[in-house]
Amino acid sequence: MTEPARFPPAGLPGLEPRWSRIIEAPDFTGTMRSWHLLDTHADPEPEQTAPTLTVLCVHGNPTWSYLWRNLLARAPRSMRIIAVDQLDMGFSERSGVHRRLADRVDDLDALTAVLGITGPVVTVAHDWGGPISLGWALRHREHLRGIVLLNTAVHQPVGSPAPSIIRVARSGPLLRLNTVRTDMFVRGTTRLSRSFLSARPMSKSVASAFASPYRSAARRAAIGDFVADIPLEAGHPSSATLDAIAGSIRDHADTPALLLWGPNDPVFSDRYLADFIDRLPHADVHRYERAAHLVIEDAPSLVTDLLGWLSSREGNDPAPEVRGDLTRAAPKTTSLLDALAQARDLRPQAIALAQMQARGTARLVTWEALGLRVTRLAAGLRARGIEPGDRVSVLVPPGADLIAVVYACWAIGASVVIADTGLGLAGIRRAIRGARPRHVIGVRAGLALARTLAIPGLRLSTASLQSIAAQGAEREAPELPDAETEAVVVFTSGATGPAKGVVYRHRQVAATVEVLREHYRLTESDALVAAFAPWAVLGPALGITSAIPAMDVTKPRTLTAGALSDAIAAVRGSVLWASPAALANVIATQGRLTAQQREAFTGVRLAMFAGAPVPRAALVEASELMPRAQIKTPYGMTEALPVADIELAGIPDVGIAEGVPVGHPVIGVELAVAVLDDEGRPSADLTLDPGVTGEIAVRAAHVRDRYDRLWATNRTASANPGWHRTGDVGHIDEAGCLWVEGRLSHVIVTSSGVLTPVGAEQRALTLPFVEQAALVGVGPRGAAAPVLIIVLAGAGRRGRSPLLDVDRTDELRQVTGVDLAAVLVRGGLPVDIRHNSKIDRTLLASWAERILAGAGG
Amino acid sequence: MRVLVTGASGFLGGAVARGLIAEGHEVTVLQRRPSGLPCREVRGDIVDASAVAEAMQGVEAVIHLAAKVAVTGARSEFTRINVTGTANVLESARMAGVARFVHVSSPSVAHAGSPLVGAGAGPANPITAHGSYSRTKAESELIALAADRPGFAVVAVRPHLVWGPGDEQLVGRIVARAHAGRLFLIDGGVALIDSTYIDNAVTALVSSMEHVHEPAVHGRAFVISNGQPRTVAELLSRMAVSAGAPAPTRSVPFRLAWLAGSGAELAWRVHPRGERAGDPPMTAFLAEQLATAHWFDQRETRRVLDWAPTVGVDEGFERLAAWYRSGASA
Repeated sequence: MTEPARFPPAGLPGLEPRWSRIIEAPDFTGTMRSWHLLDTHADPEPEQTAPTLTVLCVHGNPTWSYLWRNLLARAPRSMRIIAVDQLDMGFSERSGVHRRLADRVDDLDALTAVLGITGPVVTVAHDWGGPISLGWALRHREHLRGIVLLNTAVHQPVGSPAPSIIRVARSGPLLRLNTVRTDMFVRGTTRLSRSFLSARPMSKSVASAFASPYRSAARRAAIGDFVADIPLEAGHPSSATLDAIAGSIRDHADTPALLLWGPNDPVFSDRYLADFIDRLPHADVHRYERAAHLVIEDAPSLVTDLLGWLSSREGNDPAPEVRGDLTRAAPKTTSLLDALAQARDLRPQAIALAQMQARGTARLVTWEALGLRVTRLAAGLRARGIEPGDRVSVLVPPGADLIAVVYACWAIGASVVIADTGLGLAGIRRAIRGARPRHVIGVRAGLALARTLAIPGLRLSTASLQSIAAQGAEREAPELPDAETEAVVVFTSGATGPAKGVVYRHRQVAATVEVLREHYRLTESDALVAAFAPWAVLGPALGITSAIPAMDVTKPRTLTAGALSDAIAAVRGSVLWASPAALANVIATQGRLTAQQREAFTGVRLAMFAGAPVPRAALVEASELMPRAQIKTPYGMTEALPVADIELAGIPDVGIAEGVPVGHPVIGVELAVAVLDDEGRPSADLTLDPGVTGEIAVRAAHVRDRYDRLWATNRTASANPGWHRTGDVGHIDEAGCLWVEGRLSHVIVTSSGVLTPVGAEQRALTLPFVEQAALVGVGPRGAAAPVLIIVLAGAGRRGRSPLLDVDRTDELRQVTGVDLAAVLVRGGLPVDIRHNSKIDRTLLASWAERILAGAGG
Repeated sequence: MRVLVTGASGFLGGAVARGLIAEGHEVTVLQRRPSGLPCREVRGDIVDASAVAEAMQGVEAVIHLAAKVAVTGARSEFTRINVTGTANVLESARMAGVARFVHVSSPSVAHAGSPLVGAGAGPANPITAHGSYSRTKAESELIALAADRPGFAVVAVRPHLVWGPGDEQLVGRIVARAHAGRLFLIDGGVALIDSTYIDNAVTALVSSMEHVHEPAVHGRAFVISNGQPRTVAELLSRMAVSAGAPAPTRSVPFRLAWLAGSGAELAWRVHPRGERAGDPPMTAFLAEQLATAHWFDQRETRRVLDWAPTVGVDEGFERLAAWYRSGASA
């Protein structure tokens, strides 16, 4: 069948008719063909200056230029976005010619010649549009300003069969049935799409729009040709072209590149992303966790992220300023292994580590034994094939084995990926998949968890550590890594979206150790009891004896007062680190302490409870249990810990200001805020002015290096060079104390201004009938109505209605000072797994909005 | 300014006329019943061209409130007053050289029954609006906005659920029903709705008249409200309690209320007069209104009309309670 190009039907959601053009251009055979394409400058206004950047978008199979509609809609006028329908695809001409990869590159080249595209160009491509755009890019190096690839491939990674879905689709008779005779392939492609936010399938009208150029078998012919053109086997007519394109990608070493990926793609999975990272090591990468093949449809922020990247290619992306005097001393650099080596030399028989067992017994490890084990393990692991720079997923609970493995990896220069059980099992798997470790070392349950993950390298059980160390005893210790080497990938709690991998280099972990040492004046006469997962491994780096209580450190509520006392007693613990949830259980079980066990607590000089806000009452109880201890709650996050801390005595009564006070910055930390505007958006610049509410930013040597494969997140979080934007909002008071008012994503923007939730929640909690409270906004940002959601105290008997009665609603309006549209009652509030305390206000807001919409809501 | 207020015997119309008089405007009122207001008065129907022309003499601005407001009734009667009457007043105003015209409309003209959550004004749509009142008000709003032209600035203002002391249309009925023990909620009354305290509605209409000639104002429709959405349950409770009546405690499911309402409408249609006086206790439209969120984004309205409410919801209820306590309702 042949048929010239035509315009898409009217009314396709999101598609502007004014973008559509039909252009005649010769194809690879020299025959004139008609193309349909979308062009933001289809109708150039004469007074308009030429665009500073042209963006050439190439779709894959079986989609069409419609894929790029939101990019066209939101691009600034300075960018010209051209999205083509490839020949025999979309609404371009049906020529009846079977076009191979090389032909399609020629076709596109001839089209852009007719369009007269000169000047700076960025190519953006998806799926099999990827190789075509790269083929085009290679011929236009002089104009090329960047390449952007979404879920595509140029090569079958070694040892990986072709995506089975494609293999099946391609197998002989099925090919035409799937792709041409039925619309299974067309419909199947959009059916895989899931919105990242709602997890809902793509709307029917959008799915139909994707299918609209492919309504008849005749119009779908090229879809089958496209699939048949995938060179899965050697000697395929297109394999030479694809290999040439794949081989030449490395020539793009100085071309900026951006890889945007939906990892839940059954076709172009993470391993294809890894292949591109390998070929384009300088590329910016953003992996949209939970998004699938049609990543641009699934991830709502992709278009914003892409436009941000493109505008930096235009060269008008000024760096924001920081106001105030912000000079900073260079951080001290020490090795993470220095303190361990020193203690091994100076105090070989002193206790480095006490891992507590049931009934108060302990597994004791001397500095000599620990040092020896780490050295031998490092050499042994190196011999087994763990290389400097490799990532090693460590699925071992906190204890002597974990510490030995972590320090051994650090000694090699390998990076440890630590996904803790606080993420939940599915979360751990997602986190590891995202970090793509080369090897895994785990206890049996850990290895079982990793079974289905693609781990290209070693899978080692902790049971084999002894033989590995023995092997290492005969070898030389590996050379120590430098301070820039990646040390660890840890994960955010996932309280506000999927958990993000956070990367630290050696110098940043070493800086964390230094901050702890200096700020808390830790010396070798201290002994540390670590019931707080992230810091449980830092004892050896501090050169301080540490004890890990008998508990599941990642399930803090399993810590009993007795187990804690035994750990303190075992090492004469003077410093205690625990999470608020652990503290709660210690308080709840302190009645069972013997007099002797109780006595052990009097040796504690400093107790810190970190990870989440701690109720004041719990701290008071802690100080009664540990009468000689300074009680502190550090504030910080996975990306920087500690940032600030506050002493129990310094915590003022609630209600005197917005938020909760988290104290003054610790040594080496600078704080600033990015002021919120009327729309609740943080400013580009940072300020040190007291009293203004904004996004809290932190600068310190121990701040994370970056987020892993999250280019757009890094761009936002590191918008101010050297600073980390925390995503928390708050203010610094006149005395320099930091107050946290909530998460940036939980800010409520009403028509009369911006509200932060924590202050009002704290004031609500002063009423005796309120057990828990969360302030959310319903309705559109900018005109949101504030709604308070509470859990009733005591028996908390709820009526059938989710509405609180009018009198108590009024009381809450009075005490919070917020014009609440309503107060809703729930049996509990949704919180994160890790801390069991971070309220998911986003989820609550959509719940409240649904309730308060009434019928049909 | 010399201002004509139509429909001044109504709750809002009377308040607007009094507000204008208090501000020193020269007010004429036009309605069928005597208004008792200290100003020039023409009595007549807005469908009556001569009465309207007489009222329009020397007028510079019109605030047009006269309408048939009811939840049931013959469609033809709604059309006659709301559509024909409005066209008549517009035509007469233009002939008389009036420069400013504020057409008082209703948010229901753009409400097709789905929840409105922080919504904008939206275009009036006589096809999707529910019930004869909303449909004819939608038609009349379209006619009014179409009449906007240089020298004759027209704005449509949609006050949302106006209430206050002296309101018989809404508060009075709710209170009467609460006293009779017949006030119930639909689906627990959880839907958030906007409302407008009477004084705020008056200042918004006066401000609209003052700004109607501005380019951002004329030819457009604006919803006005207190900008303090509350649940239906809270609004009904407060109204009842302000008048010393018991708050509603019973609730019926929305489907049931809707069915009952549809049935009642049918019954009222079959026997439009006779023993069934007034409106039925429930209509499908009312069930929807009492069960579905409808509250609005007030930012643009406030900015463009250079207006903001001066009486908050809480103070409004205090005033309502004081008014009931004073015995003025008797």
